[in-house]
Parts: sequence; structure tokens; C-alpha cells
Amino acid sequence: MPTFDYAPAPESRSIVDIQPSYGLFIGGEMVDPIDGTRFKTVNPATEEVLSEVVAAGPQDVDRAVDAARAAYDGAWSRLSGRDRGKYLYRLARLVQERSRELAVLESIDNGKPIRESRDVDVPLVAAHFFYYAGWADKLDYAGFGPGPQPLGVAAQVIPWNFPLLMLAWKIAPALACGNTLVLKPAETTPLTALAFADICRQADLPPGVVNIITGAGDTGRTLVEHPGVDKVAFTGSTEVGRQIARSVAGTRKKVTLELGGKAANVVFDDAPLDQAIEGIVNGIFFNQGHVCCAGSRLLVQESVADELLAGLKRRLTTLRLGDPLDKNTDIGAINSAEQLDKIRMLSEVGETEGAERWSPPCELPVRGFWFPPTVFTGVSQSHRIAREEIFGPVLSVLTFRTPSEAVEKANNTPYGLSAGVWTEKGSRILWMAQKLRAGVVWANTFNRFDPTSPFGGYKESGYGREGGRHGLGAYLDV
Amino acid sequence: MTVTVPAGFADVTASNDTLRRFLHGLPGVDQVGVEARAATLATRSIKTTAKAFALDLAIRMVDLTTLEGQDTPGKVRALCAKGRRPDAIDPSCPPVAAICIYGDLVPTAVEALAGSKIHIAAVAAAFPSGRASLDVKLADTKAAVAAGADEIDMVIDRGAFLAGRYLDVYEEIVATKQASGDAHLKVILETGELATYDNVRRASWLAMLAGGDFIKTSTGKVSPAATLPVTLVMLEAARDFRNQTGRQVGVKAAGGIRVAKDAVRYLVVVNEVAGDDWLSPDWFRFGASSLLNDLLMQRRKLATGHYAGPDYFTLD
Repeated sequence: MPTFDYAPAPESRSIVDIQPSYGLFIGGEMVDPIDGTRFKTVNPATEEVLSEVVAAGPQDVDRAVDAARAAYDGAWSRLSGRDRGKYLYRLARLVQERSRELAVLESIDNGKPIRESRDVDVPLVAAHFFYYAGWADKLDYAGFGPGPQPLGVAAQVIPWNFPLLMLAWKIAPALACGNTLVLKPAETTPLTALAFADICRQADLPPGVVNIITGAGDTGRTLVEHPGVDKVAFTGSTEVGRQIARSVAGTRKKVTLELGGKAANVVFDDAPLDQAIEGIVNGIFFNQGHVCCAGSRLLVQESVADELLAGLKRRLTTLRLGDPLDKNTDIGAINSAEQLDKIRMLSEVGETEGAERWSPPCELPVRGFWFPPTVFTGVSQSHRIAREEIFGPVLSVLTFRTPSEAVEKANNTPYGLSAGVWTEKGSRILWMAQKLRAGVVWANTFNRFDPTSPFGGYKESGYGREGGRHGLGAYLDV
Repeated sequence: MTVTVPAGFADVTASNDTLRRFLHGLPGVDQVGVEARAATLATRSIKTTAKAFALDLAIRMVDLTTLEGQDTPGKVRALCAKGRRPDAIDPSCPPVAAICIYGDLVPTAVEALAGSKIHIAAVAAAFPSGRASLDVKLADTKAAVAAGADEIDMVIDRGAFLAGRYLDVYEEIVATKQASGDAHLKVILETGELATYDNVRRASWLAMLAGGDFIKTSTGKVSPAATLPVTLVMLEAARDFRNQTGRQVGVKAAGGIRVAKDAVRYLVVVNEVAGDDWLSPDWFRFGASSLLNDLLMQRRKLATGHYAGPDYFTLD
């Protein structure tokens, strides 16, 4: 037993009110499905059933797209930018007012630690709405020429790793530019999106401007392929991204895809080592590694590898895994049984291929979906765990000798979403940033997000940018 | 007592050049990163049993301090009485670690603390500025030890450090350690004047190489005094130093820690950065005066469920 044993410090659940079942948010109200079926959503930390939600059918999708079209043709597209901005500011403030509720709900439905939903996810959600609220009446000055026009109805499909944050990334710029939308949250994490539906109602957003329909892959496919849709925005796996790209080919639909990644976190021998270790931990164990831009490949200069790994292992023994609602938890639950299987499978492949597996001593809860923080050393470029996205708390460690070799290895992946560089040498950071084929390059930090900064990928990590001024272009006819 | 250079480090302290090369070869500290890490650790929520443990430990780690020109024997006697029994109505409350005073008042403290295990720490070496000749500093130290101080809190020569005369600083610490005899030597880095975290790490290593038993953030006379990130960097240095030499060095955060909540945050940092071995008054201290009463107030609140007003705790 440790000398200083932190007592449980659970955040109260009493602030959230989860209903036994939910309908679909269409045309400004919660409606029952026409041809949809119902399925259960569970708490991944306990496998407790939280609620029943709808898997929207084709007629439900029709109805949602029609509602969005009617709202677009009605008042919304003719509303002044300033008035659209007012609604966005209102949404941002309501998110802040209900931040504790949203954070608790996110942790319950997703399994992420409350420290992250409280200190990262929800504040970024509000920041995103505030940021795009500011753009709504300034589109003339966004660099797209005078009077850029919205696209119409956007179909938005988001993943389960940052449910509410991905919703904000999609909804805020769409509304700022004057579009209406139908959004589908991931099947395992629908609850915060449904809470956001209530926030839209609270903000008096005109009916049909935001429609939220729940469901799984079939619902998403129907929505994306719907002929009434002008714009498709998807964040998720590369595999689904490919299907979407195929299905919209030859149509008028404008597409942005934010897909997988296998980011290199490159540590040079002159790096600030203690902070680099923090960056590695934050890069791969933040949100249980369920991050498309996770630093899942550690590239460390051979001359400093032993020292760094010793420090990293020591640091990992202090990570606290357990109840996501405990304020001292660092590592929460894996989001679903399906994802847990995939992480287990790829970790076994890693061992079979000859990499050395290590985890800190760590007791896993009996119920729920859990995986310990795991480090693979002795990994080569040819190993599957160095190439495939694991999307879990699993770090693959590779070494390099020279800066050019670091760049070569970092870029030698089908993905290109993010990268990290750790060195005290400013000129090397700039040189690396030019050479790395990644949408985001972090210098002496990792997994830092800001609404003012564009985010997006190279190669199989997708196309288009979200966030910042660039994010407006995805929702304007430019 | 002689100072022995840790095995493998004899070359390092051979000249100012080698020492400089070694200190500047230590890994850098990224300011943004270390401050973010400290801020994250500060969000740890310490409740119920953990809080009770932390409050008692913090009380046992206090170096109850008075370092004023207006200090008198009467003031020191009052402080010693407080240190022996911090909570007048609760005998279960542990005593503090030490009383920290100017050297000339040591005899008063020796008398007032007779029969207790409370240490007597005297500031020395031309505290707080460190600006005097080496002879004067050593005489200052020897006088305090002779009077009965068993801990010496010396200040380093920041002027020499910032001018790059690392060997001078090193030799001064070595000499003070020798002059301290059996007394424990705490080396005050005065981090508020060193300004960068890189300097804090270098000064920490310098003090540990020179034989310091403790490294201490501040005199309390310069702002900023102790901060969470500075203390974190010093704890990392102490941890790394033990890994490389096998010798454990203590850390003292002094100045600016006034409330129990902050003290608990420091203990979280000690726990998660340096580890279990530092969670004892032998290896971590708080240099403070007003902190003690807040620790007592929170301790009683935890025990009774309600706050007693400030008048229920003695001002000494």
C-alpha cells in the first residue's frame, strides 16, 4: 500500500438526468422514430445500461434532412451574420452554464476520466462555439472574397472518442457560415449530443437548423448518401472514410474527412526529458489513446533511449486507472467491447511479432472494458503495431540515429495527421516542421487543441481542415 | 565531517570548466511543460482519510519560522511553545519538524525546546543576501552550530552563480558543510533570483554534489518564493541525483505557502514526482509561519465537521 493513499473522490452523478429512452431531435423537437429501431447504450466502465436510443431508419433520415432543408430555405440562410452569431454565443454560454452536467454525462457515456471531460473536452466545446460565433458576421473578411455563401444542408457524422467536442467542431462552423445540418453521433456515445439537442431548444434556435439523429453505421450511410445533402463532414475510421469518399464521388456534395493516424512523437537527445515524458504520456494515454492524432509511435534518439524509457516506465507506475468519475483518475475505460477486442488483438500481434510488452502493475476493475497502459519496446517499422492504428493506450517505441532518419521513419506511414518534436533546439523544430508530412506538428508539447488552429490530415488521414479560419472554407461555397 | 564527492563525479568538480559543462549538459526544462504538469497535479482531489493523512504529515514537516529584524527571545520562546504543541486543545496533533531562526537566537531555542525532538534550524552564510566574505559566512555557521543548532540553512552566492562562477559556489557550499559539522545542511537556492527552471535544476545539482543534505527553494525574502513548478523541478533533481549516486537529498519549499490546500498540493507533487521515500519530515519540509494555523484549522474542521474561527488558534 502506498504511503499517501488517495481516498476515492468521485464526482456526483446527481447533476445528470438520463432518461430511460430518447427519440430523435428533428425540427426543433424530440420525435418518435418512423421506421427506426431501438438499442441500448451502456456505461463502458460498468456495463450498466444507461438508456435506450433510436437507430434511425431511412424515413427518419428523410424527415431530418427535410427539416434541415426547410429551415435552410426558411429563415436561417437569410439571417444576418450578426444574428447567427447571437445564437452561437448563446449556445456557447449554455455549454458553459451546463458544463458540469455535460462533463459528468460525457464521462458516464464514454468512459473518459472526469478530469479530462471537465478540464479539456467541455471547455474546448465552449471555446469552439465562442470562436465561430465571432466569425459569423465577419465572413466577408475571411479571405474568400465578398459575400461567401453557405452550402445548404450538411450531413455530419462524428466518432465516439470526443463526442461533444467533435459535435462542436462540426456544428459551430456550419452554423456560423449559414448552413443547417443533420448530425449523427456515434452509436456508443449518443447522450451528450442528445443533451446538446436540449441546449439548442433552450437557446431558441429556429426549428430544423440543428437536427440530431442517433444510430449506427447504417444510419450514417443513409444520411451521407441522402440526395438532399449538400455537404458531408465525417470524423472516424479510414475504412469508413473511404466508403464515404466512394459514395459521394460524382455528386455535388462537398466533403471533409478527418480519419485515422499513427503519429510519430520524435524525441531528440537534447530534449527536455522530463517534459518529453509528460508529452509522451499525454500523447498516447490521454483519453485512453482513443485519439486520432495520438502519439502512438515514439521515435526516440538511440543515444538517450535507455534513460528516457526508464523515466517513462517510472512515470507510468504513477498513472491511476479506474472509475472515470473519480477526480483523480488518469486512465478511464475503453469505450466498447468491440474496441477492447481490437486493442487486445493488435497487442497480441505485437508480442507474436517479437516486440517486448510492458505494463505497470495495475489492477483492472472486474466489470466494464479496461486495458492497462502498455508500452512495446524493440518495435520495428515492419511490425503491425508500428503501422496500424490501435486506437488504445498502447505505445510502440522505435529508435533512430539521425534527424534525417527520424523524418524518414516518421513519414513512413500511410497516415499523416499529427507529429510531435522534442528538442531544445529551435532551428531543428522549424526544420522538422517543414519535413514532416503531418497536418499538425507539435513542438515540445502534444495533444494541445485550440479553436483558432486548423486541424486535419495528409494522405490516409483525410482531407479538409477543421478549426480556425480554414475551417470556414469547408462550409462555404468557395 | 568531510565531504566526499559522489563516485564518478570527481572529474565534474575538478574545475569551473568541467563543472560548467556538466551543469549545462543536464537536460533542459521546458517552462510550459513543467508548469502544465504542476497545474495538472494541483487538480488532484484529496479527501477524507487521504486529507487527514496529508494534514498531519504537513504539520510534521513544518519548519516553523521567524526571520525578522525584530525577533526577540520572547518571540522565539513563543514559537517554540507553538511548535511543541501546535493545537493547544488537541494533544493528538503532532509537533512541527523544526524551528527556523537567526543564529543569535539559537540559545533561546535550545532552552525552550529542551526535551523535545524538534530540530533547531539556524539561517547562516550572510542570510538572506549571501553577500559577505567566506570567512564571515563560515564564522556565522560555526557560531550557530556551537550554540546548538542541528540544522543550518545557508544561502548560496547567487551573484557568483549568475556570473557562471559555479566552482566558487560549489566550494563555498563544501566549506559550509564542513563548518556545519554534524548539523544537517540545507542549501537555499533562492530560486526567485535564479529566474529560469534550467538554473534551478543546475543549482540543485550543484548543491547536491557539494554535499548539501537538503535543497531549499527560498529565503522568503524574495518574491516569488516557493512555487509548485520550481519545487517539482527540485524534486526531479533530487530523484535523479539518488538514481545516479545512491544518496538521497531532501527538499524544502519555503516562503509563500500559506494555506493547507497549497501544502497538500505540494505533498501530491512529492508523492508523484519523487515518490514514497520523500514523504517524511526527514526528506521534505515546509518553511512557513502562517501555514501552520491553516493546517490546524483544516485539521479540526475534518475532525469535527465545522470550522472554528481564527481566534480559536493561537497567534504566536
